[in-house]
Amino acid sequence: MSQGLDKSKRTFLIAATTAIGGAAAAGVAVPLVMSMMPSARAKAAGAPVEVDISKVEPGMMLTVEWRGKPVWVVNRTKEMLTLLGNHDAALSDPKSEVPQQPAYCQNANRSIKPEYLVAVGICTHLGCSPSEKLQAGAGGGMAADWPGGFFCPCHGSRFDLSARVYAGSPAPINLQIPPHQYLSDSQLLIGVDAKGA
Amino acid sequence: MSALQKLMTWVDDRFPLTATYKAHLSEYYAPKNFNFWYFFGSLALLVLVLQIVTGIFLTMNYKPDAALAFASVEYIMRDVDWGWLIRYMHSTGASMFFVVVYLHMFRGLMYGSYRKPRELIWIFGVLIYLALMAEAFMGYLLPWGQMSFWGAQVIINLFAAVPFIGDDLSLWIRGDYVIGDATLNRFFAFHVIAVPLVLLMLVVVHLVALHEVGSNNPDGVEIKKHKDPVTHIPLDGIPFHPYYTVKDIVGVVVFLMIFTAILFFTPEMGGWFLEKDNFVPADPFKTPEHIAPLWYFTPFYAILRAVPPLFGSQFPGVVAMGAAIVVMFFLPWLDRSPVKSIRYRGPIYKAMLAIFIVAFIGLGYLGTQPSTPIATWIARVFSVMYFSFFLLMPWYTAIDKTKPEPERVTG
Amino acid sequence: MKRFKTILFMLAAAPVLALASGHDVHLDKAPIDLADHESLQRGARVFVNQCLNCHSAGYMRYSRLQDLGLTEDQIKENLLFAAEKPGETMAVAMSKANAKSWFGATPPDLTVISRSRGADWLYTYLRSFYRDDSRPTGWNNLVFDKVGMPHVLWSLQGEMVAVHKKVGEHEVIDHLELAKPGSVTLAQYDGMVADLVNYLVWMGEPAKMQRQQLGLLVLGFLAVFFVVAYYLKKEFWKDIH
Repeated sequence: MSQGLDKSKRTFLIAATTAIGGAAAAGVAVPLVMSMMPSARAKAAGAPVEVDISKVEPGMMLTVEWRGKPVWVVNRTKEMLTLLGNHDAALSDPKSEVPQQPAYCQNANRSIKPEYLVAVGICTHLGCSPSEKLQAGAGGGMAADWPGGFFCPCHGSRFDLSARVYAGSPAPINLQIPPHQYLSDSQLLIGVDAKGA
Repeated sequence: MSALQKLMTWVDDRFPLTATYKAHLSEYYAPKNFNFWYFFGSLALLVLVLQIVTGIFLTMNYKPDAALAFASVEYIMRDVDWGWLIRYMHSTGASMFFVVVYLHMFRGLMYGSYRKPRELIWIFGVLIYLALMAEAFMGYLLPWGQMSFWGAQVIINLFAAVPFIGDDLSLWIRGDYVIGDATLNRFFAFHVIAVPLVLLMLVVVHLVALHEVGSNNPDGVEIKKHKDPVTHIPLDGIPFHPYYTVKDIVGVVVFLMIFTAILFFTPEMGGWFLEKDNFVPADPFKTPEHIAPLWYFTPFYAILRAVPPLFGSQFPGVVAMGAAIVVMFFLPWLDRSPVKSIRYRGPIYKAMLAIFIVAFIGLGYLGTQPSTPIATWIARVFSVMYFSFFLLMPWYTAIDKTKPEPERVTG
Repeated sequence: MKRFKTILFMLAAAPVLALASGHDVHLDKAPIDLADHESLQRGARVFVNQCLNCHSAGYMRYSRLQDLGLTEDQIKENLLFAAEKPGETMAVAMSKANAKSWFGATPPDLTVISRSRGADWLYTYLRSFYRDDSRPTGWNNLVFDKVGMPHVLWSLQGEMVAVHKKVGEHEVIDHLELAKPGSVTLAQYDGMVADLVNYLVWMGEPAKMQRQQLGLLVLGFLAVFFVVAYYLKKEFWKDIH
């Protein structure tokens, strides 16, 4: 029974016990930590929302709730869509380079179908919900050259009809476009990308 | 000096870190003859930590509201990821806490660990036991099942049996005319923070008192009597770390094997750890056929029921139940034997201890059963046996024929 | 004080109450097999079709049925009557107030009924209904005397009647006999009830199978841990004599 053999055996056993003990600690820690993830109830409440958009007239807007947040569905008229291309210089991120939208919505209309805007109605400044100012012109208290969009009453941020933010607004980035897909021409599903999208 | 050594010096100049480590671990000398019965102290500490940690995670999802409590427990069991595991760890841990603590106390009884100069360790221990019972009792109300509600109803009504002040006392405890939301909420506050804080403080002073005088051992011999003339280390002492740390790891692993076997395969334990009636939401209008406290309370419950009413009052039963626990405090002064450990005690003590064990387990069983006339008479006999162990102790320990206690430990 | 005496009296009277609710009735063994997903799926269908009209299972989410091998679409098409989304819980169609007035007592939530009553009790109960014109529903039950629940599945089992025998001075029920056959045989009915009770046991604790499987893993791990820890202890304790 030489000292050297004992010492290395001792070291090995200490190392083995520590390793297994560490694994045991991890085995206990993982379930505890994972239990803090959203529960089945939270996930059910956050489930995708089906919206019937057939009743939304051109020029009108519908607000639905998804994951506790307001989501706007705007049926943009041809005039509204034409006006969207005219003011890129006034916008902070006209090409939607900041990833505030799914890849399939990184276009001028920020949408799948050109006429329907689906956007999360929460200002990217401090979280207020902007008011709708869909009508072009000075009618809603906006400037005469207002092409239509949204105005946040809290700190004055302005967004166009593709929910893109105007430069000079306190809000830094465009409004978020949630993942969504069309189940049919009248059925919008908010919360899930289309397969292969 | 390495960076780590420099860091340690910086800390040690400001905080007794190394000094504490030495005093309580690497240079705390414990008797070298600890046996199986000496695992339960460290296991009790382990279960305490387990209950606190699982308790914290349960509190993240539990709702202390009479209308929501039962549903929130099922929510934890089903909708919270791994919630079922956390719940079962806590319910199994509660029962295992008492298994460990009863065995730990029994060790104290056998080896005279409560004797001078360890009376205060014992007193702190009995206080821990009391706090633990309060903690378990209040915790059991929280699931708001039928047994939760009616068990609490019966026990709180015991306070109503106190003469003159009884009704006001139980009204104050409940916070309402019946057990309801007010009671649930305050029991939650006590169970989650007040009693755990008291428990932690008591465990700390329990260990401080222990380390002040040093541990007892199965021979009841004081190892500090024989020290090495140069190092002043007790001849029969070994440093707690590494010897008892590695030994306790083995104890922990074996305990965890039993604990997880129960948790993963039979968490209800046939109704002993999770009662069937508690899967029915509390209904103040429907009393269950059979109200019984959880197994760890049943010995004292049996004593309560065994005492006949006096002048129409059940208060004597309440007093007897309380006395059954309070008498433990006096143990260090009831024991008049010249020896500490059962190894050197005479036949009378061994017989009395055996009778005590039979009585305690018998009372425990009777406490789970419905009250019949025969059962009541047996419970009365067992209660007398229980109290005799303590109350007759000054007499039988003085006359008992003991063997001479050795000078050094025998292993 | 008075309440305490009442409670003590109830405790003393408990054994009498126990007898009154028929607890000395022999309970048949329920054939439970939580690994039999087909049985559980059949039981789920019976439960949703027959029981959710009056009972709730408020802690059970439809989406959890995916554990039984059903897809979300299958759940939506075959089982989602009283709810809109699979994530919802199995709430009851009937209101509590109506239930109380129609049946005298609110039908209890069934999510954890298997944990309080037990599988054998449920299996025997659902097969022990018999015709009794003295009862408001026209039905009584050997296991649960004067139960407020009617025999929902009578058209399947058929009508059972009680056959009495004399024990001393009293007439007691000896056994039940089939007076009018139902749409399935008694053996088929028993099989259906077995599936339903199997489902109720599963629904009482959906994590049970996972719990037991994980338990084997954990115990195996601890066995390895024990060996290493034991040798560590033995190695250090060579120092002690």
